[in-house]
Amino acid sequence: MSKTFLLDGRPVPFEDGQSVLAAARKAGHYIPHLCWYGHFPPHGSCKLCVVKIGARHVSACATPAREGLEAESEIPEILDTRRELLAMLFAEGNHFCPSCEKSGNCQLQALAYDLQLLAPIHNRFFPDRPVDASHPDILLDFNRCIFCELCVRASRDVDGKDIFALSERGIDKHLVVKAESGRLGDTDIALSDLAANICPVGVILHKRQGFAVPIGSRIYDAAPISELDLADEEASK
Amino acid sequence: MSQLAQTCAITDLDQAVDEALARHGGDSTRLLQILIRAQERLDWLPPRAVTRIAAALGLSRARVEGVVGFYSFLHARSVGRYRVLFADNIVEEMQGAPALMRRLCERLWIEPGKVSEDGLVSVDATSCIGMGDQGPSALVNGVTITGLDEERIDAISELIREQISLESWPREFFAVDDNIRRRDILLNDRLAPGEALRRAVAIGGGALLAQVKTANLRGRGGAGFSTAQKWEFCREAPAQGGGRVVVCNADEGEPGTFKDRVLLTSFADHVFEGMTLAALAIGASKGFLYLRGEYRYLRDHLEQVLERRRAERLLGNGILGAPGFDFDIDIHLGAGAYICGEESALIESLEGKRGTPRIRPPFPVTHGYLGQPTSVNNVETLALVPIIAARGGEWFAQIGTKLSTGTKLLSVSGDCAAPGVYEFPFGVTIAEVLEACGAMDTQGVQLGGAAGMTLAPHEFGRRVAFEDAPTAGALMVFDGSRDMFAVARNFVRFFAHESCGFCTPCRVGTALLRDCLDKLQQGNGSPLDLVEIERLDRVLQTTSHCGLGQAAANPVLDGFRNFRAAYDRRMLHREFQPAFNLDAALARARQLTGRDDASAHFPERRS
Amino acid sequence: MTSAPKLRIATTSLAGCFGCHTSFLDIDERLLDLVEVVEFDRSPFTDIKHCGPCDIGIIEGGVCNAENVHVLREFRDNCKVLVAIGACAINGGLPAERNHLDLQDILIEVYQTGPSLDAEHAQIPNDPELPLLLDKVRPIREVVQVDYFLDGCPPSGDAIWKFLTDLLAGKTPSLPYPLRHFD
Repeated sequence: MSKTFLLDGRPVPFEDGQSVLAAARKAGHYIPHLCWYGHFPPHGSCKLCVVKIGARHVSACATPAREGLEAESEIPEILDTRRELLAMLFAEGNHFCPSCEKSGNCQLQALAYDLQLLAPIHNRFFPDRPVDASHPDILLDFNRCIFCELCVRASRDVDGKDIFALSERGIDKHLVVKAESGRLGDTDIALSDLAANICPVGVILHKRQGFAVPIGSRIYDAAPISELDLADEEASK
Repeated sequence: MSQLAQTCAITDLDQAVDEALARHGGDSTRLLQILIRAQERLDWLPPRAVTRIAAALGLSRARVEGVVGFYSFLHARSVGRYRVLFADNIVEEMQGAPALMRRLCERLWIEPGKVSEDGLVSVDATSCIGMGDQGPSALVNGVTITGLDEERIDAISELIREQISLESWPREFFAVDDNIRRRDILLNDRLAPGEALRRAVAIGGGALLAQVKTANLRGRGGAGFSTAQKWEFCREAPAQGGGRVVVCNADEGEPGTFKDRVLLTSFADHVFEGMTLAALAIGASKGFLYLRGEYRYLRDHLEQVLERRRAERLLGNGILGAPGFDFDIDIHLGAGAYICGEESALIESLEGKRGTPRIRPPFPVTHGYLGQPTSVNNVETLALVPIIAARGGEWFAQIGTKLSTGTKLLSVSGDCAAPGVYEFPFGVTIAEVLEACGAMDTQGVQLGGAAGMTLAPHEFGRRVAFEDAPTAGALMVFDGSRDMFAVARNFVRFFAHESCGFCTPCRVGTALLRDCLDKLQQGNGSPLDLVEIERLDRVLQTTSHCGLGQAAANPVLDGFRNFRAAYDRRMLHREFQPAFNLDAALARARQLTGRDDASAHFPERRS
Repeated sequence: MTSAPKLRIATTSLAGCFGCHTSFLDIDERLLDLVEVVEFDRSPFTDIKHCGPCDIGIIEGGVCNAENVHVLREFRDNCKVLVAIGACAINGGLPAERNHLDLQDILIEVYQTGPSLDAEHAQIPNDPELPLLLDKVRPIREVVQVDYFLDGCPPSGDAIWKFLTDLLAGKTPSLPYPLRHFD
C-alpha cells in the first residue's frame, strides 16, 4: 500500500522525496507551473504552483509530499492568487503577443488562457530592455523574461557552459550572458544546447523560424496547457 | 588617454585585482570579499576586472557579473572617486536628510544618482545605515559620517572639491556614539574575556546547551526561535567533511535598528565569546561574523579583538588548552543588501553568491554553509550566551516574562528627547519605553523596523515580548506632527528597493505597491486604489518566498487599521484617476513642437 | 406586443488599425440579428461624430495622443459599460512598442532624417490642429476605468459574437478555450 496525501479531497499516491507537484502530476492532477522542470531540482520562484495547506500557502514544487497532508489547489482563493501572479508577470515585462514569435507556443500565454486571466490587473511597467541579435542563430528578446532561470540552470547543469546568469535585483533584475561584451554572439552557445531550447516564453529564440506554424496549429491553440502538460507526463512514463 | 597611460591603467587594474584574489586565496566562495577588496582599490569594478576575477576563480563571468549587480555597494559602472550615500530611512528623512542631500548636490553641481562630469563625485540615497540615533548620516566611500548639518555638508563639499583624501577629513565627522541610555544584565555586564568560556569548557558542551535550554533563550533577530533547540538540531545533524558552522548575523539591516552596532563596538568580546560557546555546544570548528557593509568602519576594531582573543587562546586550535576544541572566526563583509539578514540568503552571500533566500526545507541547521550544519544567530543572542554560561540558565530565566526570558535591547529613534539604546527586561510596555526616552505627544510607534508593526496610542499598553509585541529591537517614535502615510510610504519604497527579485509576488508586488503609494502621494488617489493595495497586500503576504515580501505589506495594512485618516486624506477623487499626469505626458511633445496653445494641454478635470 | 427598447452601442478606434472593427464585421449575417436588438451611436459604421448616452462603448486601440484621450473620455462619460477590444486597447499593442524610444528620436527620424526627407527644410509639424503625442502609448485602462476586456489581434468574429451576446444577455462574458487569444 503506497502512501497518499489529499489534493482537493482526492487521494494522491506518492513516493518519499517526491514533491506535492510531481506526485500530483504523476497521478494525473495538474498544478500550474512555469519555473519547474521535471529534470531539475525545484526552483520555487514563479509561485504559480501555490497551494494551500492548512492556513499556509506553499509552493507545491518545493513542498515534500507526506502522508496525511491535505492540499487545496483548485479553490477560488488559490485560482485568484495564480491569476494575480500571472498578471504581475505580464505587467513587468513587455509582452506583446501579436508580435511575438512564441505566441501560441508560450507557456505564460497558455497559462493565462487556461486560468482565464483575460484582462490586465496592473499598470504596465514598460521597461526598456534592448534585444540582443548578435548571435547568428539565436535571438535574445529580454522584454519577455519571467526570471524562471531555466536557461541559467540548463546551461550550468546540463550544457556545462554557464552562459546565463541574473544580475541586479528586485524589479531591475535582468538576464546577462557571460561575454565581457555582454553579447550572446561572443559566447559559445549553440542551437543544440538545452539552454537554447528551454525558454518557456519568447526570450531565447531560434532565428529564421518565427511564425513558421500558422495560427490554429500551434501547441496551445486547440488544447490547454493543463491537458498537454499531463499528456507529457503520461508520455514520459 | 595616451596609449602609455592606458597601458598603465590596465596594469594597475590587474594588480589591484590580483592583490584581492591573493588576499583571499583565490577561493571562489570568497567572491564577494574579493569583489569588495578589488573595488576598494579601483573605486568600481570595470568589465575587465570582472572578467579577470571570473577567470581566476574558474567561474562563469555571468555569475560574477550577477553578484556585482546584486549588491548595492558594488558598482559595474563608475560612481566617482567620492561617493556620498545619504541614509534615507524615515527617521533620517524627519531629521532633514533630503534637504541636506539637495544642498550637497547643489554645492557640487550634480544631480542625485549621477556622476559629475569630471568623474569626481556622485551623491545618492541608501537604506538605513544604523545611525538613526545620531543622524542625519551618510556613507562616504563606505565610511560612516554622522551628525550631518548644513555646516558639515558645506565642509564636505569643500573637501570633495579640493580632493582631500578621506583619511585627512576631520576625525569628528566619523565619530559614532554608543548612546546607551538604559543598562541591564547585558550592558552592565563586566565579564572578563574568557571567563564564561573557562566555565563552559569545564562543564562541557552538553551541559552548556542544557543551561541555554534552561534559560529559555530565544533568538533576538525577531522570530524568537529557541536557541538551544537550534543548537541541538545542528549538533545532531551529521557533519560531512567540513564540520559544523557558527554564523553571527551582524547584517543589522532592519531600518531603525542599531543595537548590534553598539554591541559590536563595546561588547565585541561578548559576541565572539558567545560564538565560541555556540561552537562548543554544537561541535563547530568554523565561525563567521557576517558584518553588514554599512558597518565596515567597525571591521578593523573587530579584527583587533579577534587577534587579541587568538593570542589569549580563546580562539584557534585547542582553545583554553581543551584538546579538540578548535574554532576560529572569519569576518565577512556584506555589500548593501537587506535581504542578507535572512539566514539562508546570508549563507548564500557567505558562499560568495547573490543573496537569494533558499528553499526550505532543508534548513540551515542541517544544510547550511557549503551544505554543512550551520547555526545562524543574532549578535544580541550570542552576546547573552556568556552571561548565561557564567550565571546559569535558571538565573536568566527569572528575568523578563515566562515565555520571553531575559532582556531586550531596543534601538530608539525618532521624536524623543533621548534616542539611543535601551536595555529593558522583556515585558516592558511601549508606554514605559516612551516615558523613558522622553517622547511627547506620540502618535505612532514603529516597532520592529519596516517589517514590524505600526502601533497607535491605544496599543501602547502592549508589551515587548514574543507572545505580545515581538521585535528585533527597532522602535521609531512619531509625534503628532508626523504624517503616518509618509512613514508607510518610506517603508514600502525600502522593500521595493531591497527585494531580491527572486519570486514573482515580491519582485513585482513591492514595485506595484510603491507605485500605488506614489500615486496617492501625487494626489491621484481614489477608493479604487485602496482595493488594488489590499489585493497586493494579500498576494505579498501569502505567496512571497521569504519574510521580506511577506512583511512588505505590513506598514500599509497597519496604516489602514490605525491611521486611516492619513490615507483618506489622499483620496482626493471619488472616481478612477490615471497614475500618471496626462498633461505632463504632453510636455515632451510641447517642447519638441514649440506649442503652448490650448489644445496642447489637458484641462483639469474634477471627479 | 412591444419589443424592448434597443440598446445603444458606440464604437471607436484610437491608436489602432481598425482591424478589430473589421473583425466585428466578420460576424457576417449575425449582424442582422444584432441590429434587431441594438442600434449604433458614434461609430465608423454610422459616421456619427460625437457620442451620446449609450449602453455600451467599445474601444479599439491604445492611447497615443491628446485626441485619443478626449475621445476616450467622451466614451467613458457617455457609456454605461466600456469595453476594451483588442491587444492595443488592452496593453498598448504594436503602437506601445515605441515606449522604449524617446519621443524626440522618433519625431526627428520620422520627419527630418528618415530616408527621402529633405533634412534641411523638413520640420516636426506644429500645427495646433494636430493632436500632440503622449510620451508613452497607454492601455486605455490606464486613462479611464474599463469594465470589460476582449483580447485578440484582432479577436475573431466568433469571439466578438460570443462576447456581445453574453453581454447583451446580461451575463459576464465568458469565452470557451479556443476563442481565448492574445494574438
